[in-house]
Amino acid sequence: MSEAKRTETVITFSAAAGLGLQTAEDLAGKILSGAGFYVFSTREYMSRVRGGNNSSQFRVSTSPVRAQVDRIDWLFALSPGLHVNVTENISKSTRIVGDTTALAAEIAALGFEMVDIDLIERAKKIGGAVYASMIVAGFITGIFGFSETSADDYIAVRFGSKPEVVEKNGIAFREGHRLGLETVGGEPVLQKNTASKKSFVFMDGDTALGLAAAAAGCNYITAYPMSPGTGVFSFFARNADALDAVVEQAEDEISAINMALGASYAGARAMTTTSGGGFVLMTEGISLAGITETPVVIHLAQRPGPATGLATRTEQADLEIALHAGHGEFPRAIFAPINVESTFTVAGRAFETAWKYQTPSVILTDQYLLDTGYDVKRPVPASIRPPVVPAEAPEGYARYRFPEDGKWISPFAVPGHGPGFVSFDSHEHTEDAHITENREIRRKMVEKRLAKEHAMREEAMPHILIGPEDHHTLLVCWGSTFEPLREALAILSPDGVALAACEQLNPLPESFVRLMAKESAKIFVEGNATAQFARLVRAQTGATATDTILKYDGYPFTVDELVERVGRILEKFAKGAK
Amino acid sequence: MIETKFDYNGEISWCPGCGDFKILEALKLALSELALEPNEVVVVSGIGQAAKMPHYLRCHCVNGLHGRALPLATGVKASNPNLTVIAVGGDGDMYGEGGNHFLHAIRRNPNITNIVCNNMIYGLTKGQGSPTTPIGTHTSTQPGGVVNRPLNPLLLALSCGATFVARGSAADVDRTKELLKQAISHKGYALVDILQPCVSFNKTHSWQWLATAAKWIEGEGRDEGDISVAMSRALESDPFPLGIIYRAEPGKTFEETQAPYRSGDTTPLFARLPRYEAIERLIG
Ligand SMILES: Cc1ncc(C[n+]2csc(CCOP(=O)(O)OP(=O)(O)O)c2C)c(N)n1
Ligand code: SF4
Ligand SMILES: [Mg+2]
Repeated sequence: MSEAKRTETVITFSAAAGLGLQTAEDLAGKILSGAGFYVFSTREYMSRVRGGNNSSQFRVSTSPVRAQVDRIDWLFALSPGLHVNVTENISKSTRIVGDTTALAAEIAALGFEMVDIDLIERAKKIGGAVYASMIVAGFITGIFGFSETSADDYIAVRFGSKPEVVEKNGIAFREGHRLGLETVGGEPVLQKNTASKKSFVFMDGDTALGLAAAAAGCNYITAYPMSPGTGVFSFFARNADALDAVVEQAEDEISAINMALGASYAGARAMTTTSGGGFVLMTEGISLAGITETPVVIHLAQRPGPATGLATRTEQADLEIALHAGHGEFPRAIFAPINVESTFTVAGRAFETAWKYQTPSVILTDQYLLDTGYDVKRPVPASIRPPVVPAEAPEGYARYRFPEDGKWISPFAVPGHGPGFVSFDSHEHTEDAHITENREIRRKMVEKRLAKEHAMREEAMPHILIGPEDHHTLLVCWGSTFEPLREALAILSPDGVALAACEQLNPLPESFVRLMAKESAKIFVEGNATAQFARLVRAQTGATATDTILKYDGYPFTVDELVERVGRILEKFAKGAK
Repeated sequence: MIETKFDYNGEISWCPGCGDFKILEALKLALSELALEPNEVVVVSGIGQAAKMPHYLRCHCVNGLHGRALPLATGVKASNPNLTVIAVGGDGDMYGEGGNHFLHAIRRNPNITNIVCNNMIYGLTKGQGSPTTPIGTHTSTQPGGVVNRPLNPLLLALSCGATFVARGSAADVDRTKELLKQAISHKGYALVDILQPCVSFNKTHSWQWLATAAKWIEGEGRDEGDISVAMSRALESDPFPLGIIYRAEPGKTFEETQAPYRSGDTTPLFARLPRYEAIERLIG
């Protein structure tokens, strides 16, 4: 721990909804990141607009950090009734700053003490409780030893039109700064980073997904609001003009997917975004995309189910519905980004695959990934393949022409571009998209559609392997479980243990199929209760899980938790081997 | 029958004597008289007998899911506003399975024409009660007679703010064609509910019934912009008034409110490329 402490500091904020420390988080993040530290932040919140207690974690480090940990070095708490996910991680070395009047008794009952500055009282003296956030921002700047002028520009820009507010925020920041500096006795909590951190930007999952979609040419997005799928929709809504996109909130998810399909048929690059409940309403539309061979990207932001489940929390339990949504048999691609950088590349791939193979692509994310941000290498929009402008539909064009030898797809064209008719049919259809019950055509059409999946498999994104090719034990994961697991493995650094993660879950890449055929103990680590990925892998590769590490309480895995749980299993294996 | 560019020469699977033939004829004539080119026209439908109509026209045929023609059509139009988009289907398709889309498509006001072939029955699935079937009608699934009250599509459309609401009749191709021409020319969402006999499954609402049960509005066009007049007309059922029930300034269409077209540039989305500069700026 002492080694870790010198290279990073973990700050947790906890406050009732609507009372937030948002300014403090934004500003501290900017200042620390701007000063060369690597900043990781993540949030968890209750499904309520006011009250409760929400928390966020800031991990500030001298090297890149991408996962949540348990430890709390500094806790800024504004509201009584701290949640157990916060209190269980308070230790003797945690410094607790906050509304002392409201919290001292609660903290004392836990056996800890608060730093003796009463935030709310001070804020009120400056002009109101709202200034608490700016005091905290100043305080953090102080404990890291930055200048008391660090926030001047930010304050001027943010509150520029109201001189009195600018002045009071300045006072609050400086007061916080002085207190922070005093609290650490003038000794910064972290040494500044000497290595340069140029060309990094702070980005969260939502933004990475939105930017990647835009770079892939997404110009039509629909949604019916549902957490945590709404973030990327809001991103497009905010930036509709700049991104030249149609953005429509549909009356329901059924409409959302059908609008997207109509748009895509006519040539838009369409995406729809939702969460489990909404996704299930889209299933008939997904099937429609399958038979009409209409490209579309569906973002499925997972939260715990069944039904309404835990509306604002996280889980990885919708893999199987993504895999099976929609009646009948048709190909689909399923992608699951493993971190923020991966969200950018994988979302690009989802568009590319959907349009190349004229079939639906699902991007599976989760609340934790979307609400998590950290300093990433500046993504390159041109690394995502730009959209192809469709060729004119010639006279006699048939939308579902059986592909030429060696090709998988019918040429794509759009209505009103060229003399040909471009049709679309939800029935089994002839090559020119008219209803048919001809058995021969039916067979050939089914085969034509399913053949695309073979090509998609050959091109699937290869799996990621961390650790030795030649391993006796393999940890297997997908999605946002990757980063905490990677860090846990690095901490444990056991011999002969590797980690494999898939960013594309369907079709599974050939490389992964080969990996699964290798003799090794396979431990599946997943944020669900039934090891859905293990089941998928077994179905597609025949490999079975030796053991599983599962989590389904609505919270993401943390590094410390995985160190513990993976460690225990490896120990058990080692004993068994003897 | 007059030949048009929109004529399709293949087989048609409707029952002989079905009202849908007349509606198809009226639609082809309307498109042709408006001098539209077949490759500028997209006819979108859901599922049902009426919803087979796009297959029987020579133009772009989009045949989607039961109840989902309106969102599909809205997507097509907002993806390429230069296309003429028509959504067609039955009373079950548009008012039952697609009822929620019906309300919200009207509110959204895409520049499309919504034709509903209203035979007051589920034809394709062999004669179950639909949202417009009168109380007491005996059907295979309501053997004791329908008990739910029928909905009034015209009144519903008016209450949602539709700016073109009309009722046509399969018994009068000529006047129904004129209604369709007006509806297609209307800038905004336009509803044309067309009374249509189903000769196989609706013995009550026959050609004979239609000849007396519905009457064209006298002195057409006189007070078509008066919403109170329109609402009381929509409530009449003995006889059902035929013609334009309501027509008013449509205001902005859905497409016109969207970022890509706000400046008046109607370049379709397929011809637009990613905005790299904006993306770079947003990366920060
Ligand atoms: C989701 C779904 N539910 C049910 C059906 C079966 N179905 C097809 S058409 C139809 C009703 C058709 O009635 P209507 O829309 O009035 O058209 P009509 O055949 O009378 O012209 C039904 C229930 C279906 N195709 N899809
Ligand atoms: S069942 Fe009725 S609506 Fe369908 S084609 Fe026959 S007559 Fe027409
Ligand atoms: Mg019907």
